[in-house]
Amino acid sequence: MSQPRQGEAPLRSEHDIVLARQLVRKLTQELTFSLVDQTKMVTAASELARNALIYGRGGTMHWELVQRDAYRGLKLLFADQGPGIPDIGKAMTDGWTSGNGLGMGLSGAKRLVNEFNLDSQVGAGTRVTIVRWK
Amino acid sequence: MERIPILRMGEFLLVTIQVDMHDQLALKLQDDLSNAIQRHAAKGVLIDISTLEMVDSFIGRMVADISGMGRILGAETVLVGMQPAVAITLVELGLSLPGVSTALNVERGMALLRRKILGVGDVTATAG
Repeated sequence: MSQPRQGEAPLRSEHDIVLARQLVRKLTQELTFSLVDQTKMVTAASELARNALIYGRGGTMHWELVQRDAYRGLKLLFADQGPGIPDIGKAMTDGWTSGNGLGMGLSGAKRLVNEFNLDSQVGAGTRVTIVRWK
Repeated sequence: MERIPILRMGEFLLVTIQVDMHDQLALKLQDDLSNAIQRHAAKGVLIDISTLEMVDSFIGRMVADISGMGRILGAETVLVGMQPAVAITLVELGLSLPGVSTALNVERGMALLRRKILGVGDVTATAG
């Protein structure tokens, strides 16, 4: 296997969100995800990439093709060095937003994936890791 | 500047979204559509998303906003052609697009618009 198993994409502009979506689409296709599973992962990535850009003032998306027993999956880490999230419980609530969004980004993204981990420190930044298994 | 074309068909406006939109492009479309509704005194707007492979909360909100704004300007909006995988994902994401009329394809969307505008037949929020 000469294909890279992991990589990184910048999230510095709105165009980067589009590129991140396209990259996730390509990776989920390589993993032969079903169309619905591809769409869920791409949509979750779009929400989290936008969060990193708008609330985190830009960041990166790390990706990794992962394997556990017989299952293959895609792991994505969205990292920013923004202001962090003071109240994670509130941020994960449907309909709550500190910006002008719908407040569905974090909670919605969590429902679209198999594993979701949010780590945020005020003043240091936010890291969201998601995994979807085939 | 990059923009999504708005076609005029009599009293209707037809928009076909064929590109993976970045956020500003979606906002621009919202702006262009409100101007076009007013300029042409349009009675209906049909938004075809049959080639869109993803609708996230930002695009979902844009569609809901266009629908609400159109209603205030006197135009009904119908969203047509959503792919099943997109619909499944949208609902799981938590967006059920309340207040947005939908139809399976352009033809049915047109029929729904006519019914809504002429006020005949069964005017429900959603047509199959």
